Amino acid sequence: MSESLVQVRGLTKIYKRGSERLTVLDNLDLDVARGDFVALMGPSGSGKTTLLNLIGGIDRPDSGSVQVGDRSIDQLSDRALAHWRSAHVGFVFQMFNLLPVLSAERNVELPLLLTGMSGSERRRRARTALSLVGLEDRASHKPAQLSGGQEQRVGIARAIVTDPELLLCDEPTGDLDRKSGDEILELLVALNESQGKTIIMVTHDPHAAERAKRTVHLDKGRLSMEAAA
Amino acid sequence: MRFLNWIRQIIAVTGMNLRNIPSRPGSSIVAMLGIAGVVAVLVAILSIGAGFEKTLAGTGSPDTAVVIRAGSSSELSSGIGSDDARIVSQAPGIATGETGVLASAELYVVVDVPKRSSGTDANVPLRGVQDTAFEVRRNLRIVEGRRFESGLREIIVGRGAAREFAGLDLGAEITWGSNQWTIVGIFEDNGSLAESEIWTDAPVLQDAYNRGSSFQTVRVRLESADAFSTFKDALTADSRLDVSVERENDFYAAQSGVLTNIVNVLGGSITFLMGLGAIFAAILTMYAAVSARTREIATLRALGFGGSPIVISVLIEALVLGILGGLAGGLVAYFGFNGFQTSTLNWASFSQVSFAFAVTLPLLVTGLVYAVLMGLFGGLLPSWKAARLPITTALREL
Repeated sequence: MSESLVQVRGLTKIYKRGSERLTVLDNLDLDVARGDFVALMGPSGSGKTTLLNLIGGIDRPDSGSVQVGDRSIDQLSDRALAHWRSAHVGFVFQMFNLLPVLSAERNVELPLLLTGMSGSERRRRARTALSLVGLEDRASHKPAQLSGGQEQRVGIARAIVTDPELLLCDEPTGDLDRKSGDEILELLVALNESQGKTIIMVTHDPHAAERAKRTVHLDKGRLSMEAAA
Repeated sequence: MRFLNWIRQIIAVTGMNLRNIPSRPGSSIVAMLGIAGVVAVLVAILSIGAGFEKTLAGTGSPDTAVVIRAGSSSELSSGIGSDDARIVSQAPGIATGETGVLASAELYVVVDVPKRSSGTDANVPLRGVQDTAFEVRRNLRIVEGRRFESGLREIIVGRGAAREFAGLDLGAEITWGSNQWTIVGIFEDNGSLAESEIWTDAPVLQDAYNRGSSFQTVRVRLESADAFSTFKDALTADSRLDVSVERENDFYAAQSGVLTNIVNVLGGSITFLMGLGAIFAAILTMYAAVSARTREIATLRALGFGGSPIVISVLIEALVLGILGGLAGGLVAYFGFNGFQTSTLNWASFSQVSFAFAVTLPLLVTGLVYAVLMGLFGGLLPSWKAARLPITTALREL
């Protein structure tokens, strides 16, 4: 077993709606090794996305801990957490979440604005990330001028431009046709195998989960099954 | 380093927000129009007071003195006999001109003349003056026709009065009571209050209105502004006289105070209420604009951008919309109202004063400051909300 990059212990998340309390994650433990590619599956409301958000530090648990690398992120302040996210995690969203007024290159450059990098260095890195996803010739295009598959490639380029160790993908193929979805999965596999990125991917699609190294099933906030691909 | 990072974030998010404005022209234009409307009304209303003030201020000169009966607050309620007028004209400090000692004893009645705009009668001052009056008021000049002849029922009309009131055209005849008058000239006086008046020969007016030989004021040109004290002290020390002496500019400044205050208070109240409405409109518009970008903002925060740069950048966007609205409102007020001629009742003399709305630089700056405040208040709540909404909630927004 390789060294763990992500260690989740006793993680509980409860949503309150009026007097109703909904336990989304219930005392959950999970380890993700460096270089792993994990697919998180489960029915709607099983807590997949919530788990992803907690590992990515954009939500906070009610109890339990999340350790990524040597950092317990559940202890960090909001500001420190934002800084940590910018340096250590790349997010890939189902709806791509590109900013419509910015070109592909400017979208990819966004996370680098949080570093002290010069403008020319930022643009060089953004171009490199775009070429890694095969879109160097679309750098000046706005999102509206790209296909869904191309938009998601830009989203992936944005996620890797700061060279984070961990990629968190929430239904990355959920909004794409099968062919485009396959291309995105191919890209994620390549990033995992050749770049050594650790990937956690939420998906409903068994076909997508097959491309991961292992699949973790959640049901009612608990791990229900784990399977190697 | 941390501060530089913070500044970089503000610049990046602000740049995106501003570039976003053309992509949603509807809501941006609504916000700007709301603010522009308030600023235009504010500046237009305040320009009434400024114009009135400017007219009365332009009337006065510090080296001219006005003598009225002690206890009178205006020419209308004053009364000075011919003997007293002669004593006044012999006081020290008065300048001498081609027509002799520059003191003009004047009387002042009010006549009805219909307004051109509404046809309703309004009070217009008819002033009887002596020959020296044309030298006392050094800027006064006949621009059409000629001066009235002494002893004849001839009148000359100020440019403002001729413009505002019907029947005051050169060559026209006009009847007040049983007296018929012929208009023989039109005069200007640098836009001063005198341009709202009609002038004739003082003895003719005394005769027409049964005033005997009495006057109401004596207006004198002093040797210099510094001679005022000498002149005033001489008159107030003279036991034969019971008069009050003021510099002409102070005399008119006091008269303008009442109307200027009314206009400013009314204008301020109306603008305050409209401003509240515009602030709510701006808040709603900014809410709509920010709501449309909730997911974008959440994405930025997920990537590591902080909440405060987002608040500040949305505020800057609101500020830019406010400034654009303020400039638009100021331009509308300037081109729509500056120089607009009207007349109103001078409460001190109960007669009409013709004046022009004056959209001055200080008023435009006031309007712009107001627009900036509206933009800031309008943007504060939406930006605060955008930065406080949980990222996970905001990411689910469509």
